[in-house]
Amino acid sequence: MKRRLAWLTGDARADRVVPPTGAPARLTLLTSAAMAFLAVFALTLSLATGRLAERWSQALADGATIRISAPPEQMAAQTKVVLDILAVTPGVASARALDPAETRALLAPWFGPDLPVESLPIPALVELREDAAGLDAEGLRLRLAAEVPGAVFDDHARWRRPLVEAAGRLRALGLVSLALIGGVAAAMVTLAARAALAANGQVIRVLRLIGARDAYIARAFVRRFTLRALAGAAAGTLAGMVAVALLPNADAAGGFLTGLGLSGTGWLWPLAIPPFAAIVAFWATRAAAFRTLREVQ
Amino acid sequence: MIEFQDVAHGYGGGRLLSDMTLSLPPGSFHFLTGPSGAGKSTFLKLCYGELSPVAGRISVFGQTIAGMSRDDIARLRRRIGVVHQDCQFLDHLPLAENVALPLTVSNRAANPTELDELLAWVGLSGQAASLPPSLSGGERQRAALARAVITSPEVLLADEPTGNLDWEMSLRLLTLLVELNRMGTAILVATHDMNLIRAAKAQVSARVLRIRGGQVQVAGAEL
Repeated sequence: MKRRLAWLTGDARADRVVPPTGAPARLTLLTSAAMAFLAVFALTLSLATGRLAERWSQALADGATIRISAPPEQMAAQTKVVLDILAVTPGVASARALDPAETRALLAPWFGPDLPVESLPIPALVELREDAAGLDAEGLRLRLAAEVPGAVFDDHARWRRPLVEAAGRLRALGLVSLALIGGVAAAMVTLAARAALAANGQVIRVLRLIGARDAYIARAFVRRFTLRALAGAAAGTLAGMVAVALLPNADAAGGFLTGLGLSGTGWLWPLAIPPFAAIVAFWATRAAAFRTLREVQ
Repeated sequence: MIEFQDVAHGYGGGRLLSDMTLSLPPGSFHFLTGPSGAGKSTFLKLCYGELSPVAGRISVFGQTIAGMSRDDIARLRRRIGVVHQDCQFLDHLPLAENVALPLTVSNRAANPTELDELLAWVGLSGQAASLPPSLSGGERQRAALARAVITSPEVLLADEPTGNLDWEMSLRLLTLLVELNRMGTAILVATHDMNLIRAAKAQVSARVLRIRGGQVQVAGAEL
């Protein structure tokens, strides 16, 4: 453990052995900051879409609607038959017919608030909630078809599936983006490290000739690039978290896309980005250093 | 200490050195001579593992170099002091830190008093803080010698150590090498400077190896 930590705690004398690495080190700092900034957004997207998928799924999963189309004079009677059927259907926790005011509210976004619901041939709606055991949707459909031909049972699956699928895809895209960002960061650090190693070819040769082990030489480069990646990623993560915190509240837009930022323990996840960046930089630089050292006798 | 058994080496398929069988015992003093391009530097590089032979076996301190890991090679080099022809300094470090580098890379700290004494021994007391590019050729050669001996190596290899020096400075460096040899360090000096070899006659019992036709021969009786 002590030896592993020595890679980061370092040795002042050993550090001086390799001259300042200048541009490659600065590139690592900037790249890490930019990648961490992007990673915060990819992570936020992934977490938020995960929450959305869950919310949409839960909100729609235990609810269902029965739409009753009938001549106006039969509407009340057919609605009562439907409610009677539901009252004896296993798995139904509650059922109620929506009154005209609720129907008007549902249609308001499309037709405005002054829709004369009573004078239009609008189907009646019965909202039902399933209990934990769930109901037999196909059995209910068959019974409704037999007793109330104008009633159509809708368990929301038609709406729920594409929404949940879309949210799931977005979440997967967020995770893929995170992986890509990690890969690009590793590639950039590798390039920067190799540039620094190439620029210090003579230093490496001299150190080998006077008895330096590969691990000793690699350590000087690895520590330098790991610490810069850590510092850059910390700055980028902080900036990203501030930007996420300042995202506008979308509640006013109707609540459909609310919760796109981070919330609760979700704020802890971005804190993993700087150490992750440091780990990526550590292994990328170490691999580059040992590959370069193998070319020196 | 260093043994060559039927060793051959070459570049690009050709053979520069071949059929070399010789032994450098502890405490010995050898000169390796021959015209430029004869393979003197190559011979030294074979001794400390910078080059690998294409045939034969080289053993140093009883260990065959061919079978060594890179870490073992590094440890071997800590027991061999090398004065490179072009000195090989780290130009961003002051002279004192350059001289102490063999200790630094083996995670040992140089004793400041001993470091001062070492710099005084090579006549560089006042240059401890100087950067290598600001030193003269003679100062660089002496600094290279100081760096080569700071770990008290059992053998010292010097590649044209007087190549850039005037005669007076060459003699001064030779004196330092002879002092080291009297303290028990085996010395192998590659040089084409016959005057230096003749000057050594008066100070030390040395053997001269000559590279001719790709082979190492003993040039004559002890000087």
